[in-house]
This record gives sequence, C-alpha cells and structure tokens, in this order.
Amino acid sequence: MTKQIIFAITLLLTLGAFAYTVNRIVSFFRFTRPAFPVKNFGKRFGVMMNVAFGQTKIFRKPVIGFFHALVFWGFCIIIFGSLEMLIDGLTGTERVLKALGPVYNIIMASGDIFALLVAVSIIIFLARRIFFHIKRFEGIEMNKMTHIDANIALSIILILMISLLTMNIGYVKYNSQIGEATVGLFPVSSLIAGFITEGQAESFSLMYQASWWCHILLIFLFANLLPYSKHFHVFMSVPNVFLSRLDPLGKLPNMDSITREVKLMLDPNAAFAAQPSDAPVERFGVKDAEDASWKNYFDSLSCTQCGRCTSVCPANITGKKLSPRKIMMDLRARMKEKGPLMVKNGRDFSDNRSLLRDFISEEEIWACTTCNACAKECPININHPTLIVDIRRYLVMEEASAPGEIKAMFNNIENNGAPWQYSAEDRLNWAKELDINMK
Amino acid sequence: METRKIDVPVMAELLAGGEKPEYLFWVGCAGAFDDRYKKVVRSFAKILTHLNVSYAVLGKEETCTGDPARRAGNEMLYQMQALQVIEIFKRYEVKKIITICPHCFNIFKNEYPDLGGKYEVINYLQFLNRNIEGGKLKIDPLGLKNISVTYHDPCYLGRANDVYDEPRAILKKLTGNLVEMQRNKSFSLCCGAGGAQMFKEAEKGDKEVFIERTEDALKTDAKVIATACPFCMTMLTDGLKYKNKEEEIKNLDIAELIAQSLEL
Repeated sequence: MTKQIIFAITLLLTLGAFAYTVNRIVSFFRFTRPAFPVKNFGKRFGVMMNVAFGQTKIFRKPVIGFFHALVFWGFCIIIFGSLEMLIDGLTGTERVLKALGPVYNIIMASGDIFALLVAVSIIIFLARRIFFHIKRFEGIEMNKMTHIDANIALSIILILMISLLTMNIGYVKYNSQIGEATVGLFPVSSLIAGFITEGQAESFSLMYQASWWCHILLIFLFANLLPYSKHFHVFMSVPNVFLSRLDPLGKLPNMDSITREVKLMLDPNAAFAAQPSDAPVERFGVKDAEDASWKNYFDSLSCTQCGRCTSVCPANITGKKLSPRKIMMDLRARMKEKGPLMVKNGRDFSDNRSLLRDFISEEEIWACTTCNACAKECPININHPTLIVDIRRYLVMEEASAPGEIKAMFNNIENNGAPWQYSAEDRLNWAKELDINMK
Repeated sequence: METRKIDVPVMAELLAGGEKPEYLFWVGCAGAFDDRYKKVVRSFAKILTHLNVSYAVLGKEETCTGDPARRAGNEMLYQMQALQVIEIFKRYEVKKIITICPHCFNIFKNEYPDLGGKYEVINYLQFLNRNIEGGKLKIDPLGLKNISVTYHDPCYLGRANDVYDEPRAILKKLTGNLVEMQRNKSFSLCCGAGGAQMFKEAEKGDKEVFIERTEDALKTDAKVIATACPFCMTMLTDGLKYKNKEEEIKNLDIAELIAQSLEL
C-alpha cells in the first residue's frame, strides 16, 4: 500500500508539472495566425502511417536512419510495458496486461529485444556526437547547450533501456531461483540471465524492484525535461506529421487579404460596393513570432535539430548564412521569449525586439532559392520555405525593403510585364524566320 | 531537304478567324527574351508543328506570371499579374496550357487555382513523353546513341511537382548512356537561380551554387548536360564557362535534343 501511495504522489507531481509546462507552451498558440484548415483525415492518417510510423523519410539517409527507426519502433512497443508499469504502480497489481495472453508474450518479447536494439542505437548516436565530427551537427546555431541537450537526452534513453533490461533480468532470474514460472517472454534478458550463475533470490528481487523504480521515475523525469529540450520532438513529431501541409511543395499559400486589395484596385467600382471591414489591419507577412502560423510554431516545437534540412540547403552548402534549421530554432526561441510577455501584456505588446533582425537576419532570408530541398528532407514534414517567403513578404510589403536588383526586377514586371527590361512588343521575336525540315 | 516556314499561331489572330486552338503554348519571359532560351522555344515550336498540334501563343499579350515577384515576397505584384493573366485566359477561353518553364508550370498548376484560374496545365516534358508513349512522336536515336547524357532536375519540376520519370524516359529513348549525378531526383541540388535568385547577386559565401552543381555534372563525365528549365540552363552554362568546359560539354534542353534527333 505504501508503494502505491508513493507511486500515486510521484505520478501526480509528474502530471502536474507536465501539465503546467505544456499548458504554458500551448497557450502561445493563441497568438499565432491561421494556417490551413485541418481536413482530409483519411489522407492525413495515411501520411502519418507512412512518414511517422513507417519512418520513410528518415531512410533518405539509410544507415543512420535505420538506427533512428529502431529507436522509434522500440518506443512504440516499449510504451505498452510502461503503461503496464503505470497501472501496476497505481493499483498494486503485478503485470496486469498478462490478461492479454499470447499477445502479452509478443509485446514483452519484442519490448525486451527492442530494449537492446535501442540501447545499441543510442550508443552509436552518442559515439557519433562525442567522438566524430559530423558536419550536420555543426553550424552557427549549434552552440554548447544544444550539444549538451542532445547528450543528456540520449543518456537518459540509454539508462532507460539498461534499467528495462536489468529489470527483466532480475525478474527472470528471481523466478528461476524460486522456481516460479515467468509471466511473459524475455529472450534477450533470459539469454543474459543464463550467464549469471551466482546470486541469491533476494538480490535478484531487489534488482528487479530497484530497476522498476529507476525506470519509471526516469520516465517521469524525462517527460518533464522534454518540453524544455529539443527532444520535445518525442511528443510533437507524430502529431506534426499528422498535421502536415498536404499541398505540393511548390505551392505557396495565397494571401487572401492581398487578393481583396488587388481586386479593389483592378475594379474601382467594387471599391464602393465593398463593406468597410471592422477587423484591425493585420501586418503583411511575418516579422515576429506571433505573425507566424500555428503550423510554423508547431514545426518549430517538433524540430529536433537533426540538421538534415541544412545539410541539403544549396545556400548553406556553399557557405551562405542561411540554415533552415536555424529558422525553426529561432522561431521557437523567440516565442519562448515573447510568449510570456504577450500572455501578460497582450498580443500587441512590443519588447522592441523581433524574430526578424534580432534572431534571423535579412541576409539569411534573401539567400533562399525556394528549392524545397529542406522541406523534402525533413523526416517530420516541417516546411521552412513558406516561413522564409512570409518573412520576405513582410520585408517587401511592409518595409519596401529588398536587394536593389530585386527591386529593379519588380519595376520591370510592373512596367513591361517581364522581369527583364524588354518590351512586350518583342515577345514574338523568337518566332521570326522559323523553318522546319520536311522529310 | 525541303524546308517549310512555320507561322507560329497567335491567339488573337486565331480568334479573329473564329478559331480556337486546343492548347495555349505559354512561352514565358525567358523563352521570349533570353537569346539562348529562344532556341529552345524554337525547337519546341518545331516539334509542335511536326506533331500537328492545335496550339497558339499569346505573343505580345503574354506577360510575367508573377512568379519571381511572389517568391521574392511581393504578393501584391504577383496577384496583380496573375489576375491580369487570368483575365486574358478568360477572353480566349483557355482550358489547356503547355509550359516549358517549370516556374510558370508550377504557378499555373498550383497557385493560380487559389485566384480562380483553373486549367489543365501540362509541362512540355509530360506532353512529349505522352506523345512518345502514344506512338505519335517517334524518336530515332541518331548521333546521340552512345553519347553520355546526364539530366539536371529543375526543383520546380522535381521536388515541387514530382516530375522525375518523364525526362528520364525521354532521354533513354535518345541515348543508351544516361548517367545520373550523385544528387539526383528528389535529392537533386538546385542550380542556384530559384526563388528570384536569378535576378540578384548571391549572398556572401564560399562558393556559387551553380559551380557546385556544375561540378556534380562534370563528375559524371557526361558529354551532354540535359536541362529542362531556362534558369537552370543559364546557371549550368555559366558553370561550364567557369570551368572552361563549354567546348567539350554541351548544355542542351531536352526539346533541343529531340528536335536534333528528328532533324527538324
């Protein structure tokens, strides 16, 4: 009974702290702008099964992608065991899911195997980060904290997997010592247990109990660290894939507010017919965190800074400042900074700082070729180019700010209907003296 | 060999005669004004004539789709251009559009519908491949047969619209030696000109994107770099000049390769 009470209290504390943090982060969504309406649930489900659960995009880097897939699939299986531990801990039952019969054996056996596979993968990830120089993990946005963040999360996962294995080993060993049958199958742990020839039943019982507590308490701790870490990804990535933009990568979202204005300009009669709008005039494009859409913000919370986007960005590859990963990290950081101020003082509050310029420079924004390599590469369907173009929209339409040659291009289109200074009269020159050979 | 003059049909003239062509052939600004790319448009017009396609161009009435303005953030200018173009299309009751430029293709196909402009939009590579598959366009792999060719995917055909197979299917008809660059299809590297970069100097860096991409192409040892976009053509041709390879290696559009092999 004491165990249950202690467990219930820790669980309550965990949930309380988690709810507080997540509520804070979620409350910032109300400052963001609309994106697309979320419809097409069938298609979304398909994208989620394919990209998230199928891990298809992570396999664009096949070798290291495979190890990530192992970790992801491992989590998907092991979570059933964690759920069981939660119920057992609260109600005082012992392996409550054993009611599932043979299915339980499958869940426990695959969880046991995956614990080892995940542990091995995590060791590889840690080794890569600590001992090798991986270009993808470098860059101006990658400071010491981002590396520490990654290593802490990886280490916690490693301890989680080790404690799961020692828990299983202790359980198997204890049962064999006292001659009881084990509930569930544990192929890896049984194999390891076979090598252990010494030890008392009590010490294995202790090993089992200690590992059980270590594992579940670490899960509680991990869950509460995640929202502050890039590994918030663990919670956000699957929903983020479900909420993917479903348009072709080449399509930019239309600005309906501009359409209304342009239609008035092209048809002056409509100006009289149009109803004056009471809605406050919204800023064109994105200058600060609250101008971004909820999807941009969701993307930024889901990003785990893997840098696949940046590693394929033509601008970044050739030494320009633009890094698509940095754009996402900057949006999250800026919302973290400004969100609480807006909660206190309202959405219109200004702290005389902004996402553009204080976080992201114009030089970065103008270096993008909108080639969509970043968006194609992102394993969780983050879309960077639409946000970059939205920042350009702010620069051009609110500040009339753009590189000189770009302004000249605008002028050419306005004056002679082409980005270059040629007359429409010459548009058919190519067709002069055009002959075809007849056979 | 006998030659015949091609009078490129213009929408306004056809309408005056009460005719309505099946396709609008959208030439694009590069096709109209870029000296190198005019040759590509001429090749494609020859192929259209060869295939006896019912088509017309807008000629002097054509204007910019607004794409470079839009990608550079000038949504206002883009929409003004787009609504004008949609009005012109309405006047000629345009239903089907063939484009060469992938940027024009993308904007008609994906972005004009938001402003009420809905058309059947087809890129010339899809159109050509359809005619090859349907048996109408018979390609005879002449001189090109053993020449190695590599294909550079334009971003706005490839990643933006998933057109990867058609250009390759066509090129395999033209040569038995199609070689891929290491970064190809959805992994392809941009030429550096998209997103209105075509019209400005690049930001400070260690290298120009077009040189990086030209190096990809040179690594394949191909004798021909096939492209399918006016901007990619400018960039890769510049890249070949920079590497002093413009004599040995040709940068040609797929339409030119077909017109050459048909000796049009």
